Amino acid sequence: MAGNILEIIDLDVGYAGGITGLAGLSLKVPAGQMVALLGANGAGKSTTLKAISNLLPFEGGRVRRGTIRFEGRDITNIPAYKLSRMGLIHVREGRRVFSTMTVHENLVAASYALGKRAALDLSRRCDDIYRTFPHLERRKNLLAGYLSGGEQQMLAIGRALVGEPKLMLIDEASLGLAPVIAAEIFKVISRINVERGISVLLVEQNAMLALRHSVHGYVLDNGRSVLDGPARDLLHDPMVIERYLGGAGVPKAAERASA
Amino acid sequence: MALILELCLIGIASGSIYAIGAMGFVLIYKSSGIFNFAMGEMMMIGAYFLYTGMVIFGLSLYAALPLALLASALLAAGMERWLLRPLLGQPHEVMIMVLFGAGAMLRGIAGMVWGHDILRLPEILPRKPVFIGDILIPGTLFWGFLMMIAIFGGFIVYYRFSRTGVAIRATADDQTTAECMGINIRGMFLFTWVMAGLLATAAGIVGASVNGLSPYLGNVALEVIAVVLLAGLTSIGGTLLAGAIVGVMLTLIGFYLGGAFQQFMPYLLVLLVMIVRPRGLFGTKLVERI
Ligand SMILES: Nc1ncnc2c1ncn2[C@@H]1O[C@H](COP(=O)(O)OP(=O)(O)OP(=O)(O)O)[C@@H](O)[C@H]1O
Ligand SMILES: [Mg+2]
Repeated sequence: MAGNILEIIDLDVGYAGGITGLAGLSLKVPAGQMVALLGANGAGKSTTLKAISNLLPFEGGRVRRGTIRFEGRDITNIPAYKLSRMGLIHVREGRRVFSTMTVHENLVAASYALGKRAALDLSRRCDDIYRTFPHLERRKNLLAGYLSGGEQQMLAIGRALVGEPKLMLIDEASLGLAPVIAAEIFKVISRINVERGISVLLVEQNAMLALRHSVHGYVLDNGRSVLDGPARDLLHDPMVIERYLGGAGVPKAAERASA
Repeated sequence: MALILELCLIGIASGSIYAIGAMGFVLIYKSSGIFNFAMGEMMMIGAYFLYTGMVIFGLSLYAALPLALLASALLAAGMERWLLRPLLGQPHEVMIMVLFGAGAMLRGIAGMVWGHDILRLPEILPRKPVFIGDILIPGTLFWGFLMMIAIFGGFIVYYRFSRTGVAIRATADDQTTAECMGINIRGMFLFTWVMAGLLATAAGIVGASVNGLSPYLGNVALEVIAVVLLAGLTSIGGTLLAGAIVGVMLTLIGFYLGGAFQQFMPYLLVLLVMIVRPRGLFGTKLVERI
């Protein structure tokens, strides 16, 4: 293992008005792996991703204490646009495609993450995205606002790929999508992780889906990690099953209980 | 009939000047959500910069124009950097008040430096009237109109097709996501201010060529804002048509009803439009082409 691409140590985040976002969170993402971040609404999952990609200042939030290391380097004070040029790209909750622009223009906008390489690499990067998402190529001149939810999520992921990230932070990729489409999105994310070696930190409400595709999982509650372990262990953990996988309805749980 | 046609053409031509000012206004509004109430004064100062270069320093147009544009760009950048950026995160009302204040200051400074008399710019646009059939159009207005159209077209192409144009639109669409994609949105704010400063200067120079130059040239902001509201705040392309409508109205009303009506009638129309169609003619929340 090539060490951790991301390491968070003892992180406190506060929002305006004294609201606590995170309280002593620590976690690691090993290079090249996919890690899932689970937890109830308001647990601090999105806050974690925003702290890493330095989006907190846009929302009146601030890292109060702790360290965030990306490839061994403390990145707490690096502006978000520079982080994305360094290979740390955040796919925000709710897809957030540029709805007034075409699919292709969305990719062009994302080429800013390539920094100075953009001028040379833009068309090659777009071709690459269209090869990965042939669906998007057929719609390249359509306004992104007219895409279906699943297509928008594909675009959000494809757009992040334009910048050749080393680490992708993906927030609720399955949000509001039909189960079949959500599964398809996760297949794509898995493929990106495996084939391109891009590390992924994944926030998900659908714990089952996330854990199945991840190597490791963290469970957040009240701004800190209350449980973590290999994803397949979490899939069998009674507390996780109880709270995030819909109780005893999961077959593996029944198996385990009878053993 | 010919008279009405003539008035309409004159109105369309003067409307193009408002349209370019309005385009700068919309550009800033779209990228950063700020109402630049100093837009009129930016137009006025830009024209004074050219006047200074040509009349006070005796430079040729080809030397004075780039210098005037440079000075306006620096002024706009300075306003963004030193007035607005420190206020980032403050309520927009604060920024609006600050920009009102900045406009008043620019007007005052212009009065102190260049005096309050109406000055004449050197003849950079031919004054010789242009005849279209029987219809006579003042030369400065005709050539000014062509210049405004060329600038308008050039800017639209840039905005629509260049990579920077895409970045401006991405920032306008969703600032935080644009930043996530590697776009330096603070840099984009600065850049749109500079672009708006350049557009303002072009419009100011043409406006001053047509109507003369005084510190009160900035009052054209009223017409510019009428155009902006009519076009719908977010439509860069819509400013041209809205400019023509406002220009024609102003000219017709001014001619038939006199100056007193000219002062407020356009606002009555804008008010009506806002009541009937609050998004203006072309502004849309969801999908906007150009
Ligand atoms: N911009 C903000 N200003 C103030 N408080 C915020 C802000 N964003 C989040 N919070 C608070 O921080 C806590 C963590 O929120 P966060 O969005 O990280 O939760 P989450 O785990 O992503 O939840 P969900 O599953 O609903 O997306 C919550 O208590 C929330 O109310
Ligand atoms: Mg969230």
